[in-house]
Amino acid sequence: MTDTTQRPARRSPIQFGDPLFKGLTFFFAMLVLAILTGIVSVLIIDSIPAFKEFGPAFVWNSRWSPALDIYGAFVPLIGTIETALIAMLIGVPFSFGMAFFLTEMCPHWLRQPIAVAIELLAAVPSIIYGIWGLFVLVPIFQNYVEPALISTLGPLPIIGHLFQGPPIGIGVLLAGIILALMILPFVTSVMREVFAAVPAVLRESAYGLGATRWEVVWRVVLPYSRVGVVGAIMLGLGRALGETMAVTFVIGNAHRLSLSLLAPGTTISATLANEFTEADSPLYTSSLIALGLVLFALTFFVLAVGKKLLLRTPATGGRT
Amino acid sequence: MTREALTASALGSSQRESLDGKAGMPEKIGVKNLDFHYGQFQALKDINISIPDRRVTAFIGPSGCGKSTLLRTLNRIYEMYPGQRASGEVIVDGENILKPGADLTELRTKIGMVFQKPTPFPMSIFENVAFGIRLYEKLSRSDLEERVHWALTRANLWDEVKDKLNVVGTGLSGGQQQRLCIARAVAVKPQILLMDEPASALDPISTAKLEELIEELREEYCIVIVTHNMQQAARASDYTAFMYLGELVEFDTSEKIFTNPSNVRTRDYVTGRFG
Repeated sequence: MTDTTQRPARRSPIQFGDPLFKGLTFFFAMLVLAILTGIVSVLIIDSIPAFKEFGPAFVWNSRWSPALDIYGAFVPLIGTIETALIAMLIGVPFSFGMAFFLTEMCPHWLRQPIAVAIELLAAVPSIIYGIWGLFVLVPIFQNYVEPALISTLGPLPIIGHLFQGPPIGIGVLLAGIILALMILPFVTSVMREVFAAVPAVLRESAYGLGATRWEVVWRVVLPYSRVGVVGAIMLGLGRALGETMAVTFVIGNAHRLSLSLLAPGTTISATLANEFTEADSPLYTSSLIALGLVLFALTFFVLAVGKKLLLRTPATGGRT
Repeated sequence: MTREALTASALGSSQRESLDGKAGMPEKIGVKNLDFHYGQFQALKDINISIPDRRVTAFIGPSGCGKSTLLRTLNRIYEMYPGQRASGEVIVDGENILKPGADLTELRTKIGMVFQKPTPFPMSIFENVAFGIRLYEKLSRSDLEERVHWALTRANLWDEVKDKLNVVGTGLSGGQQQRLCIARAVAVKPQILLMDEPASALDPISTAKLEELIEELREEYCIVIVTHNMQQAARASDYTAFMYLGELVEFDTSEKIFTNPSNVRTRDYVTGRFG
Protein backbone atom coordinates (compact mmCIF):
# COMPACT_ATOMS: atom_id res chain seq x y z
CA MET A 1 0.00 0.00 0.00
CA THR A 2 2.78 2.35 0.89
CA ASP A 3 4.16 1.70 -2.55
CA THR A 4 1.14 2.95 -4.40
CA THR A 5 0.83 6.07 -2.30
CA GLN A 6 4.48 6.91 -2.54
CA ARG A 7 4.96 6.32 -6.20
CA PRO A 8 2.87 9.15 -7.61
CA ALA A 9 4.39 11.51 -5.06
CA ARG A 10 7.87 10.56 -6.17
CA ARG A 11 7.09 10.61 -9.85
CA SER A 12 5.36 13.93 -10.00
CA PRO A 13 8.48 16.15 -10.00
CA ILE A 14 9.89 14.03 -12.78
CA GLN A 15 6.71 14.33 -14.80
CA PHE A 16 6.87 18.09 -14.61
CA GLY A 17 10.62 18.31 -14.47
CA ASP A 18 11.39 16.48 -17.63
CA PRO A 19 9.30 18.63 -19.99
CA LEU A 20 10.44 21.68 -18.10
CA PHE A 21 14.08 20.73 -18.55
CA LYS A 22 13.46 19.94 -22.18
CA GLY A 23 11.78 23.29 -22.69
CA LEU A 24 14.56 25.12 -20.94
CA THR A 25 17.34 23.55 -22.99
CA PHE A 26 15.29 24.06 -26.13
CA PHE A 27 14.96 27.71 -25.20
CA PHE A 28 18.74 28.05 -24.76
CA ALA A 29 19.39 26.39 -28.08
CA MET A 30 16.87 28.63 -29.80
CA LEU A 31 18.40 31.65 -28.11
CA VAL A 32 21.61 31.06 -30.07
CA LEU A 33 19.70 31.13 -33.32
CA ALA A 34 17.78 34.23 -32.24
CA ILE A 35 20.95 36.10 -31.30
CA LEU A 36 22.62 35.18 -34.56
CA THR A 37 19.57 36.22 -36.57
CA GLY A 38 19.37 39.45 -34.59
CA ILE A 39 23.00 40.35 -35.22
CA VAL A 40 22.86 39.52 -38.89
CA SER A 41 19.64 41.44 -39.46
CA VAL A 42 20.95 44.53 -37.63
CA LEU A 43 24.12 44.37 -39.73
CA ILE A 44 22.13 44.05 -42.93
CA ILE A 45 19.46 46.66 -42.13
CA ASP A 46 21.95 49.26 -40.91
CA SER A 47 24.29 48.78 -43.83
CA ILE A 48 21.53 49.27 -46.41
CA PRO A 49 22.17 53.07 -46.77
CA ALA A 50 25.83 52.45 -47.59
CA PHE A 51 25.08 49.75 -50.14
CA LYS A 52 22.32 51.95 -51.62
CA GLU A 53 24.80 54.74 -52.08
CA PHE A 54 27.78 52.77 -53.36
CA GLY A 55 26.25 49.54 -54.60
CA PRO A 56 28.22 46.30 -54.44
CA ALA A 57 31.25 48.34 -55.54
CA PHE A 58 31.55 49.22 -51.85
CA VAL A 59 33.41 45.97 -51.40
CA TRP A 60 36.12 46.63 -54.00
CA ASN A 61 36.31 50.40 -53.90
CA SER A 62 39.59 51.40 -52.31
CA ARG A 63 38.67 54.95 -51.40
CA TRP A 64 37.80 55.75 -47.84
CA SER A 65 37.33 59.46 -47.40
CA PRO A 66 35.18 60.72 -44.52
CA ALA A 67 35.77 64.29 -45.72
CA LEU A 68 34.06 63.60 -49.04
CA ASP A 69 31.68 61.05 -47.55
CA ILE A 70 32.96 58.35 -49.90
CA TYR A 71 33.59 54.91 -48.47
CA GLY A 72 34.98 51.65 -49.88
CA ALA A 73 35.87 48.46 -48.01
CA PHE A 74 38.75 47.31 -50.17
CA VAL A 75 41.73 48.56 -48.15
CA PRO A 76 40.61 47.24 -44.76
CA LEU A 77 39.41 44.03 -46.38
CA ILE A 78 42.79 43.40 -47.98
CA GLY A 79 44.52 44.39 -44.74
CA THR A 80 42.42 41.89 -42.82
CA ILE A 81 43.21 39.09 -45.23
CA GLU A 82 46.88 40.06 -45.43
CA THR A 83 47.47 40.18 -41.68
CA ALA A 84 45.55 36.94 -41.16
CA LEU A 85 47.60 35.22 -43.87
CA ILE A 86 50.89 36.41 -42.38
CA ALA A 87 49.68 35.22 -38.98
CA MET A 88 48.80 31.79 -40.37
CA LEU A 89 52.04 31.49 -42.36
CA ILE A 90 54.10 32.14 -39.26
CA GLY A 91 51.82 30.80 -36.55
CA VAL A 92 50.80 27.44 -37.98
CA PRO A 93 54.29 26.01 -38.60
CA PHE A 94 55.38 27.22 -35.17
CA SER A 95 52.34 25.71 -33.53
CA PHE A 96 52.86 22.45 -35.38
CA GLY A 97 56.49 22.37 -34.29
CA MET A 98 55.59 23.05 -30.68
CA ALA A 99 52.82 20.46 -30.65
CA PHE A 100 55.14 17.98 -32.35
CA PHE A 101 57.86 18.56 -29.79
CA LEU A 102 55.47 18.38 -26.86
CA THR A 103 53.82 15.13 -27.90
CA GLU A 104 56.73 13.25 -29.44
CA MET A 105 60.03 14.29 -27.96
CA CYS A 106 59.67 16.50 -24.94
CA PRO A 107 61.22 15.04 -21.79
CA HIS A 108 58.44 14.28 -19.35
CA TRP A 109 59.41 16.83 -16.72
CA LEU A 110 59.41 19.67 -19.25
CA ARG A 111 56.06 18.80 -20.80
CA GLN A 112 53.82 20.26 -18.12
CA PRO A 113 55.67 23.56 -17.66
CA ILE A 114 55.63 24.27 -21.39
CA ALA A 115 51.98 23.29 -21.71
CA VAL A 116 51.05 25.60 -18.84
CA ALA A 117 53.11 28.43 -20.33
CA ILE A 118 51.28 28.04 -23.62
CA GLU A 119 47.91 28.20 -21.88
CA LEU A 120 49.05 31.30 -20.01
CA LEU A 121 50.02 32.91 -23.29
CA ALA A 122 46.40 32.48 -24.31
CA ALA A 123 45.31 34.26 -21.15
CA VAL A 124 47.23 37.45 -21.92
CA PRO A 125 44.65 40.12 -22.89
CA SER A 126 44.97 41.30 -26.47
CA ILE A 127 45.58 44.90 -25.44
CA ILE A 128 48.74 43.78 -23.66
CA TYR A 129 49.97 42.28 -26.91
CA GLY A 130 49.22 45.61 -28.56
CA ILE A 131 51.10 47.66 -25.99
CA TRP A 132 54.01 45.26 -25.99
CA GLY A 133 54.09 45.30 -29.79
CA LEU A 134 54.04 49.10 -29.91
CA PHE A 135 56.67 49.74 -27.28
CA VAL A 136 58.96 46.77 -27.68
CA LEU A 137 58.59 45.29 -31.15
CA VAL A 138 58.13 48.49 -33.13
CA PRO A 139 61.59 49.92 -32.22
CA ILE A 140 63.22 46.55 -32.86
CA PHE A 141 61.53 46.28 -36.23
CA GLN A 142 62.30 49.86 -37.08
CA ASN A 143 65.98 49.62 -36.27
CA TYR A 144 66.94 46.07 -37.10
CA VAL A 145 64.40 43.76 -38.68
CA GLU A 146 62.93 45.97 -41.38
CA PRO A 147 66.21 47.53 -42.61
CA ALA A 148 67.56 43.99 -42.90
CA LEU A 149 64.46 42.83 -44.81
CA ILE A 150 64.62 45.82 -47.14
CA SER A 151 68.27 45.29 -47.95
CA THR A 152 68.04 41.50 -48.39
CA LEU A 153 64.59 40.74 -49.79
CA GLY A 154 63.87 44.20 -51.21
CA PRO A 155 65.97 43.87 -54.38
CA LEU A 156 64.52 40.46 -55.27
CA PRO A 157 62.32 40.41 -58.38
CA ILE A 158 58.77 39.51 -57.29
CA ILE A 159 58.66 39.25 -53.54
CA GLY A 160 60.82 42.38 -53.38
CA HIS A 161 57.66 44.45 -53.87
CA LEU A 162 56.47 43.27 -50.50
CA PHE A 163 59.48 44.79 -48.75
CA GLN A 164 59.69 48.36 -49.99
CA GLY A 165 59.47 51.75 -48.34
CA PRO A 166 60.90 53.31 -45.22
CA PRO A 167 61.35 51.09 -42.16
CA ILE A 168 58.90 52.65 -39.75
CA GLY A 169 58.19 49.57 -37.68
CA ILE A 170 54.44 50.04 -37.64
CA GLY A 171 52.72 48.24 -40.48
CA VAL A 172 51.02 45.20 -41.87
CA LEU A 173 53.96 42.86 -41.30
CA LEU A 174 54.24 43.62 -37.60
CA ALA A 175 50.48 43.32 -37.18
CA GLY A 176 50.65 39.91 -38.80
CA ILE A 177 53.48 38.84 -36.51
CA ILE A 178 51.61 39.98 -33.40
CA LEU A 179 48.59 38.06 -34.62
CA ALA A 180 50.78 35.01 -35.14
CA LEU A 181 51.85 35.22 -31.49
CA MET A 182 48.25 35.57 -30.41
CA ILE A 183 46.93 32.56 -32.28
CA LEU A 184 49.93 30.42 -31.33
CA PRO A 185 48.61 29.20 -27.97
CA PHE A 186 45.18 28.27 -29.32
CA VAL A 187 46.43 26.44 -32.33
CA THR A 188 49.20 24.73 -30.35
CA SER A 189 47.03 23.46 -27.55
CA VAL A 190 44.36 22.11 -29.88
CA MET A 191 47.00 20.45 -32.06
CA ARG A 192 48.71 19.01 -29.02
CA GLU A 193 45.45 17.49 -27.88
CA VAL A 194 44.59 15.96 -31.23
CA PHE A 195 48.12 14.57 -31.60
CA ALA A 196 47.94 13.07 -28.14
CA ALA A 197 44.60 11.48 -29.02
CA VAL A 198 46.19 9.35 -31.74
CA PRO A 199 46.16 5.76 -30.46
CA ALA A 200 49.49 4.65 -29.05
CA VAL A 201 49.39 1.39 -31.02
CA LEU A 202 49.30 3.32 -34.27
CA ARG A 203 52.46 5.14 -33.25
CA GLU A 204 54.04 1.90 -32.11
CA SER A 205 53.25 0.26 -35.44
CA ALA A 206 54.96 3.04 -37.31
CA TYR A 207 57.96 3.14 -34.99
CA GLY A 208 58.02 -0.65 -35.12
CA LEU A 209 58.51 -0.45 -38.87
CA GLY A 210 61.56 1.69 -38.24
CA ALA A 211 60.02 5.05 -39.03
CA THR A 212 61.71 8.12 -37.62
CA ARG A 213 59.82 10.58 -35.44
CA TRP A 214 59.31 12.89 -38.37
CA GLU A 215 57.98 10.08 -40.56
CA VAL A 216 55.65 8.95 -37.81
CA VAL A 217 54.22 12.42 -37.29
CA TRP A 218 54.12 13.49 -40.90
CA ARG A 219 52.78 10.30 -42.42
CA VAL A 220 50.74 8.71 -39.64
CA VAL A 221 49.87 11.13 -36.84
CA LEU A 222 49.04 14.08 -39.06
CA PRO A 223 46.84 12.19 -41.54
CA TYR A 224 45.07 10.49 -38.66
CA SER A 225 44.34 13.74 -36.88
CA ARG A 226 43.82 16.02 -39.84
CA VAL A 227 40.26 16.92 -38.91
CA GLY A 228 41.44 18.22 -35.57
CA VAL A 229 44.43 19.95 -37.11
CA VAL A 230 42.29 21.75 -39.67
CA GLY A 231 39.92 22.65 -36.85
CA ALA A 232 42.82 24.12 -34.90
CA ILE A 233 43.93 26.15 -37.91
CA MET A 234 40.38 27.39 -38.49
CA LEU A 235 40.14 28.43 -34.86
CA GLY A 236 43.34 30.42 -35.26
CA LEU A 237 42.21 31.92 -38.53
CA GLY A 238 38.88 32.98 -37.07
CA ARG A 239 40.68 34.72 -34.27
CA ALA A 240 43.23 36.33 -36.59
CA LEU A 241 40.49 37.74 -38.82
CA GLY A 242 38.55 39.30 -36.00
CA GLU A 243 41.31 40.43 -33.63
CA THR A 244 41.00 44.15 -33.00
CA MET A 245 42.97 45.74 -30.19
CA ALA A 246 46.49 44.45 -30.76
CA VAL A 247 46.24 45.08 -34.48
CA THR A 248 44.96 48.60 -34.01
CA PHE A 249 48.04 49.40 -31.95
CA VAL A 250 50.64 48.36 -34.47
CA ILE A 251 49.14 48.50 -37.96
CA GLY A 252 49.20 52.25 -38.45
CA ASN A 253 45.51 52.61 -39.38
CA ALA A 254 46.09 54.12 -42.80
CA HIS A 255 43.49 53.76 -45.55
CA ARG A 256 46.11 53.48 -48.18
CA LEU A 257 46.59 50.66 -50.59
CA SER A 258 50.19 49.52 -50.68
CA LEU A 259 51.86 46.43 -51.97
CA SER A 260 54.55 46.65 -49.32
CA LEU A 261 54.06 44.73 -46.09
CA LEU A 262 56.13 47.34 -44.29
CA ALA A 263 53.68 50.14 -45.06
CA PRO A 264 50.96 51.04 -42.59
CA GLY A 265 47.56 49.67 -43.42
CA THR A 266 44.36 48.84 -41.63
CA THR A 267 42.01 45.97 -41.01
CA ILE A 268 38.25 45.95 -40.81
CA SER A 269 38.12 45.54 -37.07
CA ALA A 270 40.84 48.16 -36.52
CA THR A 271 38.89 50.62 -38.67
CA LEU A 272 35.71 49.94 -36.73
CA ALA A 273 37.44 50.42 -33.38
CA ASN A 274 39.09 53.63 -34.51
CA GLU A 275 36.34 55.38 -36.36
CA PHE A 276 33.02 54.58 -34.74
CA THR A 277 33.29 57.48 -32.34
CA GLU A 278 34.12 59.84 -35.17
CA ALA A 279 31.36 58.81 -37.52
CA ASP A 280 29.42 62.04 -37.86
CA SER A 281 27.30 61.37 -40.92
CA PRO A 282 24.65 58.65 -41.23
CA LEU A 283 26.41 57.36 -44.33
CA TYR A 284 29.69 57.08 -42.41
CA THR A 285 28.04 55.02 -39.66
CA SER A 286 26.24 52.90 -42.20
CA SER A 287 29.49 52.30 -44.08
CA LEU A 288 31.22 51.15 -40.91
CA ILE A 289 28.39 48.72 -40.23
CA ALA A 290 28.62 47.54 -43.82
CA LEU A 291 32.31 46.96 -43.14
CA GLY A 292 31.31 44.78 -40.19
CA LEU A 293 28.97 42.86 -42.46
CA VAL A 294 31.82 42.28 -44.89
CA LEU A 295 33.98 40.93 -42.04
CA PHE A 296 31.15 38.69 -40.92
CA ALA A 297 30.71 37.38 -44.45
CA LEU A 298 34.45 36.79 -44.79
CA THR A 299 34.69 34.87 -41.52
CA PHE A 300 31.58 32.90 -42.35
CA PHE A 301 32.98 32.05 -45.75
CA VAL A 302 36.32 30.92 -44.31
CA LEU A 303 34.69 28.75 -41.68
CA ALA A 304 32.29 27.30 -44.23
CA VAL A 305 35.15 26.40 -46.54
CA GLY A 306 36.98 24.82 -43.61
CA LYS A 307 33.92 22.77 -42.69
CA LYS A 308 33.53 21.72 -46.27
CA LEU A 309 37.14 20.55 -46.44
CA LEU A 310 36.62 18.54 -43.28
CA LEU A 311 33.50 16.88 -44.61
CA ARG A 312 35.24 15.89 -47.78
CA THR A 313 38.11 14.17 -45.99
CA PRO A 314 36.89 12.37 -42.87
CA ALA A 315 39.38 11.46 -40.16
CA THR A 316 40.35 7.94 -41.05
CA GLY A 317 38.35 7.27 -44.13
CA GLY A 318 37.10 8.64 -47.37
CA ARG A 319 39.09 8.27 -50.51
CA THR A 320 42.80 8.70 -50.51
CA MET B 1 61.20 -22.77 -6.60
CA THR B 2 64.16 -20.45 -6.41
CA ARG B 3 65.18 -18.20 -9.20
CA GLU B 4 68.37 -20.16 -9.81
CA ALA B 5 66.39 -23.31 -10.23
CA LEU B 6 64.01 -21.62 -12.63
CA THR B 7 66.83 -20.29 -14.70
CA ALA B 8 68.48 -23.64 -14.66
CA SER B 9 65.38 -25.40 -15.89
CA ALA B 10 64.96 -22.85 -18.66
CA LEU B 11 68.59 -23.12 -19.63
CA GLY B 12 68.47 -26.87 -19.33
CA SER B 13 65.76 -27.19 -21.90
CA SER B 14 67.48 -24.91 -24.36
CA GLN B 15 70.68 -26.84 -23.94
CA ARG B 16 68.88 -30.07 -24.53
CA GLU B 17 67.37 -28.41 -27.56
CA SER B 18 70.78 -27.63 -29.03
CA LEU B 19 71.89 -31.14 -28.26
CA ASP B 20 68.93 -32.47 -30.17
CA GLY B 21 70.59 -31.00 -33.22
CA LYS B 22 68.40 -32.13 -36.06
CA ALA B 23 65.12 -30.73 -34.79
CA GLY B 24 66.54 -27.48 -33.43
CA MET B 25 67.24 -24.48 -35.55
CA PRO B 26 70.09 -22.07 -34.78
CA GLU B 27 69.40 -19.37 -32.23
CA LYS B 28 67.97 -16.15 -33.66
CA ILE B 29 67.32 -14.22 -30.50
CA GLY B 30 69.22 -14.81 -27.30
CA VAL B 31 68.05 -13.15 -24.11
CA LYS B 32 70.51 -13.07 -21.23
CA ASN B 33 69.92 -11.90 -17.67
CA LEU B 34 67.21 -9.52 -18.78
CA ASP B 35 65.58 -7.31 -16.15
CA PHE B 36 62.86 -4.85 -17.00
CA HIS B 37 61.44 -2.01 -14.93
CA TYR B 38 58.38 0.17 -15.29
CA GLY B 39 59.53 2.95 -12.99
CA GLN B 40 59.97 1.20 -9.65
CA PHE B 41 58.11 -1.93 -10.62
CA GLN B 42 60.21 -4.81 -11.87
CA ALA B 43 58.27 -6.53 -14.65
CA LEU B 44 60.90 -9.01 -15.82
CA LYS B 45 63.31 -10.82 -13.54
CA ASP B 46 66.48 -12.29 -14.93
CA ILE B 47 65.06 -13.76 -18.12
CA ASN B 48 67.22 -16.18 -20.08
CA ILE B 49 65.83 -17.67 -23.23
CA SER B 50 67.07 -18.78 -26.62
CA ILE B 51 64.59 -18.33 -29.47
CA PRO B 52 65.26 -20.44 -32.56
CA ASP B 53 65.13 -19.23 -36.14
CA ARG B 54 62.35 -20.31 -38.49
CA ARG B 55 60.17 -21.64 -35.75
CA VAL B 56 57.19 -20.30 -33.86
CA THR B 57 57.85 -19.55 -30.23
CA ALA B 58 54.88 -18.73 -28.00
CA PHE B 59 54.95 -16.82 -24.73
CA ILE B 60 52.10 -17.81 -22.45
CA GLY B 61 51.16 -16.93 -18.91
CA PRO B 62 48.51 -15.14 -16.89
CA SER B 63 47.89 -11.40 -17.32
CA GLY B 64 50.71 -9.26 -16.01
CA CYS B 65 53.27 -12.07 -16.15
CA GLY B 66 55.53 -10.01 -18.40
CA LYS B 67 55.09 -11.85 -21.69
CA SER B 68 54.14 -8.74 -23.65
CA THR B 69 56.89 -6.79 -21.94
CA LEU B 70 59.42 -9.40 -23.00
CA LEU B 71 58.15 -9.20 -26.56
CA ARG B 72 58.37 -5.42 -26.54
CA THR B 73 61.97 -5.59 -25.39
CA LEU B 74 62.94 -7.57 -28.47
CA ASN B 75 62.57 -4.56 -30.78
CA ARG B 76 63.02 -1.89 -28.11
CA ILE B 77 59.59 -0.41 -28.81
CA TYR B 78 59.24 0.13 -25.04
CA GLU B 79 61.66 3.02 -25.40
CA MET B 80 58.87 5.25 -26.67
CA TYR B 81 57.73 5.57 -23.09
CA PRO B 82 59.60 7.29 -20.31
CA GLY B 83 60.39 5.31 -17.18
CA GLN B 84 60.70 1.96 -18.93
CA ARG B 85 64.15 0.41 -18.65
CA ALA B 86 65.68 -2.84 -19.70
CA SER B 87 69.03 -4.18 -18.54
CA GLY B 88 70.82 -7.32 -19.56
CA GLU B 89 71.36 -8.55 -23.07
CA VAL B 90 69.13 -9.23 -26.03
CA ILE B 91 71.24 -10.70 -28.78
CA VAL B 92 69.85 -10.70 -32.30
CA ASP B 93 72.16 -12.26 -34.89
CA GLY B 94 75.09 -12.01 -32.52
CA GLU B 95 74.56 -8.35 -31.68
CA ASN B 96 73.35 -6.98 -28.38
CA ILE B 97 70.48 -4.68 -29.33
CA LEU B 98 70.17 -3.19 -25.84
CA LYS B 99 73.60 -1.65 -26.23
CA PRO B 100 73.22 2.17 -26.35
CA GLY B 101 74.79 2.52 -29.80
CA ALA B 102 72.60 -0.09 -31.49
CA ASP B 103 71.03 1.03 -34.76
CA LEU B 104 67.30 0.99 -34.03
CA THR B 105 66.20 1.67 -37.57
CA GLU B 106 68.19 -1.23 -38.88
CA LEU B 107 66.96 -3.41 -36.05
CA ARG B 108 63.37 -2.61 -36.85
CA THR B 109 63.80 -3.45 -40.53
CA LYS B 110 64.85 -6.83 -39.33
CA ILE B 111 61.99 -7.18 -36.89
CA GLY B 112 58.35 -6.73 -37.81
CA MET B 113 55.65 -6.31 -35.21
CA VAL B 114 51.95 -7.07 -35.20
CA PHE B 115 49.75 -5.82 -32.41
CA GLN B 116 46.74 -6.99 -30.46
CA LYS B 117 44.40 -4.70 -32.31
CA PRO B 118 44.84 -4.20 -36.03
CA THR B 119 46.54 -0.88 -36.61
CA PRO B 120 46.11 0.08 -40.26
CA PHE B 121 47.40 3.55 -40.99
CA PRO B 122 44.91 6.18 -42.20
CA MET B 123 45.74 5.65 -45.85
CA SER B 124 44.88 3.29 -48.68
CA ILE B 125 45.54 -0.46 -48.54
CA PHE B 126 48.32 -0.09 -51.06
CA GLU B 127 49.93 2.77 -49.14
CA ASN B 128 49.71 0.84 -45.89
CA VAL B 129 51.83 -1.94 -47.31
CA ALA B 130 54.11 0.45 -49.16
CA PHE B 131 54.68 2.54 -46.02
CA GLY B 132 57.52 0.48 -44.58
CA ILE B 133 59.09 -0.26 -47.95
CA ARG B 134 59.29 3.44 -48.74
CA LEU B 135 61.15 4.07 -45.51
CA TYR B 136 64.13 2.01 -46.60
CA GLU B 137 64.08 1.45 -50.29
CA LYS B 138 63.70 3.58 -53.36
CA LEU B 139 61.77 1.31 -55.66
CA SER B 140 60.33 2.13 -59.04
CA ARG B 141 56.54 2.19 -59.22
CA SER B 142 56.37 -1.23 -60.85
CA ASP B 143 58.82 -2.80 -58.37
CA LEU B 144 56.86 -1.28 -55.54
CA GLU B 145 53.61 -2.64 -56.92
CA GLU B 146 55.18 -6.02 -57.29
CA ARG B 147 56.43 -5.98 -53.70
CA VAL B 148 53.03 -4.91 -52.38
CA HIS B 149 51.43 -7.69 -54.41
CA TRP B 150 53.94 -10.15 -52.98
CA ALA B 151 53.39 -9.02 -49.39
CA LEU B 152 49.61 -9.12 -49.69
CA THR B 153 49.80 -12.56 -51.24
CA ARG B 154 52.10 -13.68 -48.46
CA ALA B 155 49.54 -12.48 -45.93
CA ASN B 156 46.73 -14.36 -47.74
CA LEU B 157 44.96 -11.10 -48.40
CA TRP B 158 45.59 -10.39 -52.07
CA ASP B 159 42.48 -12.08 -53.44
CA GLU B 160 40.25 -10.19 -51.05
CA VAL B 161 41.65 -6.73 -51.72
CA LYS B 162 43.09 -6.78 -55.23
CA ASP B 163 40.15 -4.78 -56.60
CA LYS B 164 40.24 -2.14 -53.89
CA LEU B 165 43.87 -1.34 -53.28
CA ASN B 166 43.06 2.36 -53.26
CA VAL B 167 40.38 2.05 -50.63
CA VAL B 168 41.33 3.14 -47.16
CA GLY B 169 42.60 0.30 -44.96
CA THR B 170 40.33 1.00 -42.03
CA GLY B 171 37.34 -0.07 -44.11
CA LEU B 172 38.34 -3.74 -44.03
CA SER B 173 37.03 -6.28 -41.54
CA GLY B 174 39.02 -6.87 -38.35
CA GLY B 175 40.61 -10.06 -39.62
CA GLN B 176 41.48 -8.49 -42.95
CA GLN B 177 42.97 -5.49 -41.15
CA GLN B 178 45.14 -7.76 -39.06
CA ARG B 179 46.35 -9.59 -42.16
CA LEU B 180 46.97 -6.19 -43.74
CA CYS B 181 49.20 -5.36 -40.79
CA ILE B 182 51.03 -8.64 -41.27
CA ALA B 183 51.46 -7.80 -44.95
CA ARG B 184 52.82 -4.42 -43.93
CA ALA B 185 55.29 -6.06 -41.59
CA VAL B 186 56.30 -8.73 -44.10
CA ALA B 187 56.71 -6.20 -46.92
CA VAL B 188 60.02 -4.92 -45.59
CA LYS B 189 61.34 -8.50 -45.59
CA PRO B 190 62.07 -8.85 -41.90
CA GLN B 191 63.63 -11.95 -40.42
CA ILE B 192 61.69 -11.86 -37.19
CA LEU B 193 57.97 -11.34 -36.64
CA LEU B 194 56.76 -10.33 -33.20
CA MET B 195 53.07 -10.81 -32.60
CA ASP B 196 51.40 -9.47 -29.50
CA GLU B 197 48.14 -11.42 -29.08
CA PRO B 198 47.41 -11.00 -32.78
CA ALA B 199 44.13 -12.93 -32.69
CA SER B 200 42.57 -11.61 -29.52
CA ALA B 201 40.36 -9.13 -31.37
CA LEU B 202 39.36 -11.56 -34.10
CA ASP B 203 36.44 -13.89 -34.64
CA PRO B 204 37.09 -17.66 -34.84
CA ILE B 205 37.20 -17.81 -38.63
CA SER B 206 39.66 -14.94 -38.90
CA THR B 207 41.68 -16.53 -36.11
CA ALA B 208 41.85 -19.79 -38.04
CA LYS B 209 43.02 -17.93 -41.13
CA LEU B 210 45.63 -16.12 -39.10
CA GLU B 211 46.95 -19.34 -37.60
CA GLU B 212 47.09 -20.86 -41.04
CA LEU B 213 49.13 -17.86 -42.13
CA ILE B 214 51.50 -18.22 -39.18
CA GLU B 215 51.94 -21.87 -40.11
CA GLU B 216 52.99 -20.83 -43.60
CA LEU B 217 55.25 -18.02 -42.47
CA ARG B 218 57.19 -20.11 -39.98
CA GLU B 219 59.21 -21.67 -42.79
CA GLU B 220 60.90 -18.33 -43.41
CA TYR B 221 60.70 -16.29 -40.27
CA CYS B 222 61.55 -16.45 -36.65
CA ILE B 223 58.10 -15.88 -35.16
CA VAL B 224 57.47 -14.92 -31.57
CA ILE B 225 53.86 -14.80 -30.50
CA VAL B 226 52.32 -13.73 -27.22
CA THR B 227 48.98 -15.32 -26.57
CA HIS B 228 46.35 -15.72 -23.89
CA ASN B 229 44.88 -18.61 -25.74
CA MET B 230 46.54 -21.85 -24.78
CA GLN B 231 44.92 -23.86 -27.52
CA GLN B 232 46.39 -21.39 -29.94
CA ALA B 233 49.85 -21.75 -28.46
CA ALA B 234 49.53 -25.53 -28.58
CA ARG B 235 48.27 -25.49 -32.15
CA ALA B 236 50.42 -22.82 -33.69
CA SER B 237 53.77 -22.90 -31.94
CA ASP B 238 56.81 -25.15 -31.93
CA TYR B 239 58.17 -23.88 -28.64
CA THR B 240 56.41 -22.43 -25.66
CA ALA B 241 57.69 -20.33 -22.81
CA PHE B 242 55.55 -20.19 -19.70
CA MET B 243 55.98 -17.02 -17.69
CA TYR B 244 54.69 -16.16 -14.28
CA LEU B 245 55.10 -12.95 -12.26
CA GLY B 246 57.93 -11.68 -14.39
CA GLU B 247 59.89 -14.91 -14.40
CA LEU B 248 60.41 -17.49 -17.06
CA VAL B 249 59.16 -20.68 -15.45
CA GLU B 250 59.62 -23.16 -18.22
CA PHE B 251 60.69 -23.14 -21.84
CA ASP B 252 60.47 -26.23 -23.99
CA THR B 253 58.86 -27.68 -27.06
CA SER B 254 55.17 -26.94 -27.13
CA GLU B 255 54.44 -30.63 -27.17
CA LYS B 256 56.24 -31.11 -23.88
CA ILE B 257 54.81 -27.99 -22.26
CA PHE B 258 51.25 -28.98 -23.07
CA THR B 259 51.51 -32.71 -22.43
CA ASN B 260 54.19 -33.28 -19.85
CA PRO B 261 55.57 -30.07 -18.34
CA SER B 262 58.41 -30.46 -15.84
CA ASN B 263 57.24 -27.64 -13.63
CA VAL B 264 54.19 -28.01 -11.44
CA ARG B 265 53.10 -24.42 -11.98
CA THR B 266 53.25 -24.84 -15.73
CA ARG B 267 51.12 -27.94 -15.40
CA ASP B 268 48.60 -26.14 -13.24
CA TYR B 269 48.39 -23.33 -15.76
CA VAL B 270 48.11 -25.36 -18.94
CA THR B 271 45.54 -27.66 -17.39
CA GLY B 272 43.52 -24.63 -16.37
CA ARG B 273 43.94 -24.93 -12.64
CA PHE B 274 44.84 -21.24 -12.38
CA GLY B 275 45.41 -18.18 -14.51
